[in-house]
Amino acid sequence: MAIKTIGKHCKGCGVCVTFCPKQVLGLDALGKITVVDETKCITCKQCEMRCPDYAIFVEKK
Amino acid sequence: MEKLIEKYYRPRLPHIWCPGCGNGIVTSSIIKAIDKLGLDQDKTVIVSGIGCSSRASGYLNFDTVHSLHGRALPVATGIKLADPELNVIVITGDGDGTAIGGNHFIHTARRNINLTVILFNNNIYGMTGGQYSPLTPTDSKATTAPYGTLERAFDIAELAKAAGATYVARGTAFHANMLVDVIAKGISHDGFSLIEAVTQCPIYFGRQNKKGDASAMLKTQRDNAVTVEAAKKLSPEQLEGKFKIGVLHQSEAPEYTKQYQAIIDRAQKGAK
Repeated sequence: MAIKTIGKHCKGCGVCVTFCPKQVLGLDALGKITVVDETKCITCKQCEMRCPDYAIFVEKK
Repeated sequence: MEKLIEKYYRPRLPHIWCPGCGNGIVTSSIIKAIDKLGLDQDKTVIVSGIGCSSRASGYLNFDTVHSLHGRALPVATGIKLADPELNVIVITGDGDGTAIGGNHFIHTARRNINLTVILFNNNIYGMTGGQYSPLTPTDSKATTAPYGTLERAFDIAELAKAAGATYVARGTAFHANMLVDVIAKGISHDGFSLIEAVTQCPIYFGRQNKKGDASAMLKTQRDNAVTVEAAKKLSPEQLEGKFKIGVLHQSEAPEYTKQYQAIIDRAQKGAK
């Protein structure tokens, strides 16, 4: 899978980090979304569904 | 979702909503419902009032009207009557739709005109700094109620049903996929449809009432929402403090634009 994040859209609310069941995501020093471990992603798309800022997209490859 | 954003959003993101605000989630649910039904972008009109939620119309690439405070429904009624072929979707908030626009709300429901109203319920007037609205729960703190609100909140779904709406549903930002379904059913329904979208305001409502951050408020929605089917099996004690989600009411009644056309036809027949 491919996880695409858009830093410009992210406001660092942390909703994606909370609801990720596999701890794939985290926030960086600036408080923006960052992918910690892409290999753990199970493409459940909970992050994409709940991101209020359209800053993360998950695509199945 | 990325393709939907390219297709249905204007290129002016990021939006102005606060970090963690649920309005973005509800707006994307509306877009997913529109895409699911395959509505023509040139035949769909989005009308909104004023407030945080009503900003959504400015981000969406349809014919949109960002109207006056509380007056989204009269504007939408006019558009629908001028061209009943259009799909008219109204985006409003709890303050916009039930306080200043409360009178329009009950009378539009009474007329049963084929509009789909998505009411973003964040329990507060967010844009103006956190004043309490008719949907703020009793004993909540707000800028205008530093010791807690005294008034009871409306149950907007019951109000719509009593006023004559023929489709009433509720969803939450947490149950985003279910929200897509109830919005899609509402758009397909021939008559006045109200969808209450429960959303979180972590800044102006959450912070004053110690509800935690956006994630905590989404978890509260998860824990307190009961689907209509599950609620049938629960006792009133078990339902204490919970709210129902799903399609709450659906009925058939004559639709206003069709009746209006029938009167035009009858009058023109008489004139000949």
